[in-house]
Amino acid sequence: MENVLGFVALAAGLIIGLGALGACIGIGIMGSKYLEAAARQPELMNELQTKMFLLAGLIDAAFLIGVGIAMLFAFANPFVLK
Amino acid sequence: MSASSDKALTAGDYIGHHLVHLQNKKQTTLIDFSVINIDTIFLSITLGILGLFFMWRVAKTVHSGVPGRMQAAVEMLLEMVDSQAKGIVKNAESRKFVGPLALTVFVWIFLMNSMDLLPVDLAHSILAVTGLDSKIEYFRPVPTADLSATLGMSCGVLLVCLFYNVKIKGFGGWAHELFSAPFGDKWFLYPINFLMQMIEFAAKTVSHGLRLFGNMFAGELLFMLIALMGAVGFGSATGIFLFIGHIFAGTGWAIFHILIVTLQAFIFMMLTLVYVGQAHDHH
Repeated sequence: MENVLGFVALAAGLIIGLGALGACIGIGIMGSKYLEAAARQPELMNELQTKMFLLAGLIDAAFLIGVGIAMLFAFANPFVLK
Repeated sequence: MSASSDKALTAGDYIGHHLVHLQNKKQTTLIDFSVINIDTIFLSITLGILGLFFMWRVAKTVHSGVPGRMQAAVEMLLEMVDSQAKGIVKNAESRKFVGPLALTVFVWIFLMNSMDLLPVDLAHSILAVTGLDSKIEYFRPVPTADLSATLGMSCGVLLVCLFYNVKIKGFGGWAHELFSAPFGDKWFLYPINFLMQMIEFAAKTVSHGLRLFGNMFAGELLFMLIALMGAVGFGSATGIFLFIGHIFAGTGWAIFHILIVTLQAFIFMMLTLVYVGQAHDHH
């Protein structure tokens, strides 16, 4: 039983950690491209900013779904035998 | 917190208590359609009516010339949604329905999401003050932090997409497209094409709903953890730093969450428009 709880704790940490890794690298790459584009064509800055926020939401999606699942494991653990 | 418990609440109990929905009966299996989350339904309908009433009031008193502040705000909102809709859905006939749909989705989800900014124990305090505590033990104040609500909305968007697929391409045309796109119109590719189309529909719908759910659920849970930090700090003399920390963390997270609330409503609206726009594309 403690074994299961230990593994679940590890799983929650891995889900959040690896998800954060992917999300942050993705946002970093997208943000740097946006800054480059804004520096080249400042008149497109506002339009691109709208699209950038949209993309940020899409990139964060899988990570936040993972955080939701990890929180579920942490507080309403489905692997615990009643 | 729960007024009926005699033993001290542990941290896990506090969070667990706040994560239970007001349900008509307990859920025993993974998918059980007879279990209804009454708090989600009540709040989503109330907030929907509130949003509709507010927009209707402004629309009734609209006048040309110098607009009042409310009218200006609503006009700005309308212009934003309209410009996005014009850019994404090219068919003017469909826009007559999809434009207002996008606006409704945006306003409704924004209202439901912003319930997350209310204090964590507010719902339970109101229940305790009005004495309904004995009947209603659990109440979750954020409808979009309920997977049923968000997946329901994305299924609604899926139905709209299917409707437009059939309307624009005709039933035969759409059926042909299901089997011939995206790889090509060869008979041996038909099964693969169909599989890919099914996966595409399923993935779009599931991700559409789960994205909103994940953001709101994680936000709500973080607020609960910050409240827990404050509660623990409040109870002990040495925990004063926890209490001060909870004020800063709570402020910072609430301000960031205002951005998330608006952004997620905007993303849901944009994806609604994009998916309906995709239903107009021919391959």
